[in-house]
Amino acid sequence: MKTTAIARIGAHPLDEYLRTDRLPHIWCPGCGLGMILGTVLRAIDKSRLDIDRTTIVSGIGCTGRAAGYVKLDSFHVTHGRALPFATGLKLANPNLKVVVFSGDGDLAAIGGNHLIHAARRNIDMTVICVNNFIYGMTGGQLGPTTPEMGRTTTSRKGNTEKPFNIPYLVGAAGATYVARWTTAHVRQMERTFIEALQKKGFSLVEVISPCPTYYGRMNEQATGLDQMRYYRYNSVVKHFANLADVDISLDGQIIVGKFIDIDRPYLPAPKGENGK
Amino acid sequence: MTTRAKQSQIHVIDERCKGCSFCVEFCPQHILYQTNETNAKGYQVVRVSEPDKCTGCGMCSRVCPEFAIYVETPDGKQ
Ligand SMILES: Cc1ncc(C[n+]2csc(CCOP(=O)(O)OP(=O)(O)O)c2C)c(N)n1
Ligand code: SF4
Ligand code: SF4
Ligand code: SF4
Repeated sequence: MKTTAIARIGAHPLDEYLRTDRLPHIWCPGCGLGMILGTVLRAIDKSRLDIDRTTIVSGIGCTGRAAGYVKLDSFHVTHGRALPFATGLKLANPNLKVVVFSGDGDLAAIGGNHLIHAARRNIDMTVICVNNFIYGMTGGQLGPTTPEMGRTTTSRKGNTEKPFNIPYLVGAAGATYVARWTTAHVRQMERTFIEALQKKGFSLVEVISPCPTYYGRMNEQATGLDQMRYYRYNSVVKHFANLADVDISLDGQIIVGKFIDIDRPYLPAPKGENGK
Repeated sequence: MTTRAKQSQIHVIDERCKGCSFCVEFCPQHILYQTNETNAKGYQVVRVSEPDKCTGCGMCSRVCPEFAIYVETPDGKQ
């Protein structure tokens, strides 16, 4: 084995899409966020999207920090408002490819109403919803996706509230493309992101991701690696599963796959429609 | 650190690695390992044990949350 000095910064294949001066990023060791962001960038690269017309919108949270690391036009907007901001962006400039990259708290708690309406109106955008079952940035409080009996800093004895099943929720609201993977399915995630980016209409991919610092540590998966192993050995691929059955429990199976892929009229309407 | 092998070169950008071991766990050839060597921030960086077994599949690069490891093969970088 021959080794040479130091691998150069700027030489990583994704560096052209990253603000490398801001790396290493702030995410904790074992957090899944960097991997999901990398997978989005690979998908953008493989889809040969015009990067001058590709934008990333994030809300607030650890996940929301993604907007600050990409070398694309990116927007880090107020908490919960990633979707209305992205809707405005897309309606005002239909030529843009709009990608929303935000957390379960941002999209499904404070932004929950925007989520169902963006899906209902079928706004042409791709939403990556990173679900770590918790509010990471603010110290690990329970959120609307925390599984029943999941322990968080504000549910020390276990959560008693029923969590949202995000694919079921957005599917019922009218989303035309819905899928779920975990960070242990990085290749499938990449293929799904490529498909979702091509989809005309509202596409949402939920990615289950480790937050060892809060969720993992409080629920007997102390490291990111423990959480990755859990996903690897407890996920079941069921494409087009009955969405009522894909809810996530504290220590049960995680159903992953592509759940919805349909077509219906979307906004902004393509040129030539609606009399334009 | 760059490790040269028969069919590929494996690069670890030490200052980015946070020692999460995802690459170690997911390398299909099981040729990556965590060392006791630390970077400036005190994270234990990874190295390659049997570089010639590397297939250049790019899994290490895909699972790395830190953009810290990648491979170069005659077909390009992954
Ligand atoms: C209007 C408003 N309310 C509350 C907050 C506090 N806050 C910041 S991030 C966050 C939750 C983020 O959770 P999530 O979207 O799941 O992201 P994560 O940090 O887990 O990646 C909250 C409640 C805020 N910044 N603004
Ligand atoms: S607190 Fe959790 S979600 Fe936030 S960076 Fe750390 S591990 Fe990731
Ligand atoms: S390219 Fe594949 S075989 Fe080579 S070190 Fe990375 S994961 Fe292992
Ligand atoms: S996956 Fe990346 S950050 Fe984690 S140990 Fe490997 S090289 Fe380091």
